[in-house]
Amino acid sequence: MSDGGADERGTSTELAAHRCPNGHLTYPDHAVCPECGAEQTETVDLSERIGEVVTWTESTATPPGVRTPNIITIVEFDVEGASVRVIGGATDDVETGDPVRPVYVEQLRDPDAGIRHPDSHGWDGFRFEPVE
Amino acid sequence: MDVAILGASMTEFGERDAWIRELLVEAGEACLADAPVSRDAVEHLYVSNMASGEFEGQTGVMNALAHDMGLLPAYAERVDQTSASGGAGIYEAWQSVASGASEMTLLVGGEKMTHRTTAESTDVIASITHPAEYVHGLTLPSFAGLTARHYLERFDAPRESLAKVAVKNHENGTRNPKAQFQKEIDVETALASPIVADPLRLYDFCPVTDGSAALLFCPVEVAEEYADEFVRVAGVDGATDTHVVHEREDPTVMGGVVESGRGAFEMADCGPEDVDVAELHDMFTILEFLQMEGLGFAEQGRAWQHVEEGRTAMDGDLPINTSGGLKSKGHPLGASGVAQAVEIYEQLLGEAGDRQVEADRGLACNVGGFGNCVITTILEVSG
Repeated sequence: MSDGGADERGTSTELAAHRCPNGHLTYPDHAVCPECGAEQTETVDLSERIGEVVTWTESTATPPGVRTPNIITIVEFDVEGASVRVIGGATDDVETGDPVRPVYVEQLRDPDAGIRHPDSHGWDGFRFEPVE
Repeated sequence: MDVAILGASMTEFGERDAWIRELLVEAGEACLADAPVSRDAVEHLYVSNMASGEFEGQTGVMNALAHDMGLLPAYAERVDQTSASGGAGIYEAWQSVASGASEMTLLVGGEKMTHRTTAESTDVIASITHPAEYVHGLTLPSFAGLTARHYLERFDAPRESLAKVAVKNHENGTRNPKAQFQKEIDVETALASPIVADPLRLYDFCPVTDGSAALLFCPVEVAEEYADEFVRVAGVDGATDTHVVHEREDPTVMGGVVESGRGAFEMADCGPEDVDVAELHDMFTILEFLQMEGLGFAEQGRAWQHVEEGRTAMDGDLPINTSGGLKSKGHPLGASGVAQAVEIYEQLLGEAGDRQVEADRGLACNVGGFGNCVITTILEVSG
């Protein structure tokens, strides 16, 4: 993601989970750790890790600027005994329990088609690809 | 101070030619006439509305309504809590009277949506999401699909049980002349309808709707001067859950439902077993299960059995969504929470016509976002 250290060429980028000194992990980041109120001081890059599909849906009624159909999945990663969940699209059909890996995508939806201001946040990020 | 509801009204829900200002006036005027209370008596005016600016380009609707209804110089405020704006309006109106700040408070909730395409409306509503969600094209229906799959798989619940929620609420809606849909459906039709967010299909979702509803609040002592029988706000509470939906520890538990329910029951000094009739926020069929469980009407993972056994039907031990619910009555965002309480008001006072059930105490649960903000209200018959 653009907040996770994407360089200007977009060739090396992180899927960053954020950690506080008490070991709580979140994706995305927050002003303070929602669990304990401490500052989130570290990031953990999930982009090279394998996660597991918790649930998924295939949405056929998508808003302006979004692909149709849009398969969306919640993926859980294990980080040294702590777990963190990430939401994102899937590149292909997935099933609950499937192992998946993050794949970087430069533009996830058309920034100019929806109601959100195009400059208010980044439009790149990760989708999830089933691991064979 | 004990707070009474002295009047209630709702417009016809559906595709309306009227714009937001006209819809609000229609419900507001009907509510004052229902009491009846003169417009000079109104001290506070609350307008529950999520997005009239985004939908129509009309903002400042609270002041517009105060002027249009001749309520000047009444204090006026717009209440936005997304889909829970109506419930939040009830909480604000209750506070205004309970605090002694107002002796007569009019609450009007309304939304005008159908002039937009479904894709545009979906995007306006999806604009509540976190950037990490919005960027992936997450919509409220897609959260429902993700959660419904998890619920069905984890609790081994049959897909048909969700369809039965839609069938029940459509059947109830045929008895409500103000509902958007006046049409019964069967399980087969629901299960054969087009997929919207797999495993959920068209009939698992509420429609896009125009409409307005209103309630009039005052101290119980003032209500006694106007009417022999009225409704009392026994309990009301609101609570929040995570903005980022996937960060919830258990995707099948809506923390805002649990917490607001706990607060409302404590204030009303009663429990789920004491409720005779309930309006739950069935924007998606799965939400009816999650609220039944969060409020203690069913154990976690078991709400679907209550529906299968007919216990939530009009003649069951806890009728749910006698109005037809959002599913059949329609869901004009800011109006919905107010309209839920209008249904409970009518049930408690014996004014529910063909939908009448036996009830002295009713509950309404109004859910904003995907459980992000929730208001639970408990009403009792009084006087």
